[in-house]
Amino acid sequence: MPFDELKAIIVDQLDTAPEDVSLASSFTDDLGADSLDMVELIMAIEEKMGVRIEQKEARNLTTVGDVLAFVEAQKASEIAR
Amino acid sequence: MYTKISGTGSALPENRVTNLDFERLVDTTDEWITARTGISERRISSGENTSDFAARAAANALSSAGIGPLDVDLVIAATVSPDSFTPTVSCQVQKALGLAGATCFDLWAGCTGFIFALMTADSLIRSGAFSHALVIGAEVLSKLVDWTDRGTCVLFGDGAGAVVLSQSPNPGVLAHFTGSDGTRGSVLCIDGIPLANPWTADQAPSPPHSVIRMDGQEVFKFAVTAMQQSIRRVCELAGIDLDDVPYIIPHQANNRIIESVAGRMKIPRSRFYTNLDRRGNTSAASIPIALDEMNRAGVLKPQMPLVLVGFGGGLTWGASMIRWIPSSREGS
Repeated sequence: MPFDELKAIIVDQLDTAPEDVSLASSFTDDLGADSLDMVELIMAIEEKMGVRIEQKEARNLTTVGDVLAFVEAQKASEIAR
Repeated sequence: MYTKISGTGSALPENRVTNLDFERLVDTTDEWITARTGISERRISSGENTSDFAARAAANALSSAGIGPLDVDLVIAATVSPDSFTPTVSCQVQKALGLAGATCFDLWAGCTGFIFALMTADSLIRSGAFSHALVIGAEVLSKLVDWTDRGTCVLFGDGAGAVVLSQSPNPGVLAHFTGSDGTRGSVLCIDGIPLANPWTADQAPSPPHSVIRMDGQEVFKFAVTAMQQSIRRVCELAGIDLDDVPYIIPHQANNRIIESVAGRMKIPRSRFYTNLDRRGNTSAASIPIALDEMNRAGVLKPQMPLVLVGFGGGLTWGASMIRWIPSSREGS
């Protein structure tokens, strides 16, 4: 499941409890990430989930659900191609 | 023929500027600066210019190497903040120290400048053309800082570091790995003089005031990737296992970058030598200042392999693997 995979990366990168990570969680408000934590998180997602997220796109991804939707959309467009 | 670092030196402004000083200058806090950068104070010039620090650092490096001014036949200064476009910082150092027999030029490669200068001097000495080079990194970035931008003004410091690179029968400089990517140059900029002459539409622009402009998140991502690649590749080129390298001396930009690299490469953070908490980011000067501090603190032992690694504007990046061979004068 992509959500479980994403959640594991978030827990590892942000040093947060798994039960605190939901689709609605805001990285900065709920999970305590600052701007540099976010860059590191995006890098880890790129490496572990095989996607490419430009920094200007990454700035719009404020919740866990935003990231999941972005990753799934990119995977779907790859399959379509 | 090989080269080795036969002496080190550095010079810093007396003026210490703490995070609390910045709380009075811009909307920031000590806690914010420390958490995002690891910097708690930096040295800022209250009058001396880049060539002044460069000359003092170079003089210290010469006495550490035990050689005289007339033994130096090459001076390369890496800087993005020279006193003037010409004469260069290296020529001003020549004048200040009486290096009458030297060929002098400056080299611009952002914060990677010292690595590029070391590589250049190493190649020129090994070609047989030169014997003793002064390789200097010197900056007065406070001339180029936007003192109203709380995101960047807290990051930088002034100062200079220098090494003497000398001919050696044994290899003291083992390998270099370098790279550049001009297509991503816009993430870290210092503008030059705008083009204006009697034939351009804009004939008399207002006097330029260049400042450092940086997309911090893009630079962070670039730095973490470039540092890992540079460290790995220079180990391969030198044929030395990273586990056998006691210290990595990184460009002192941001503690978070170094922690991220350490975590990703599974290298203990303690093997990265840092002084950025006290010095801030001194661009091309940061690696030779750190090396001189380690040398004077007695941390460097004979035959110890060391990785120097930098990244910066351009974009540019690179690493050098050296083996520490102290001057026989110091008794080895």
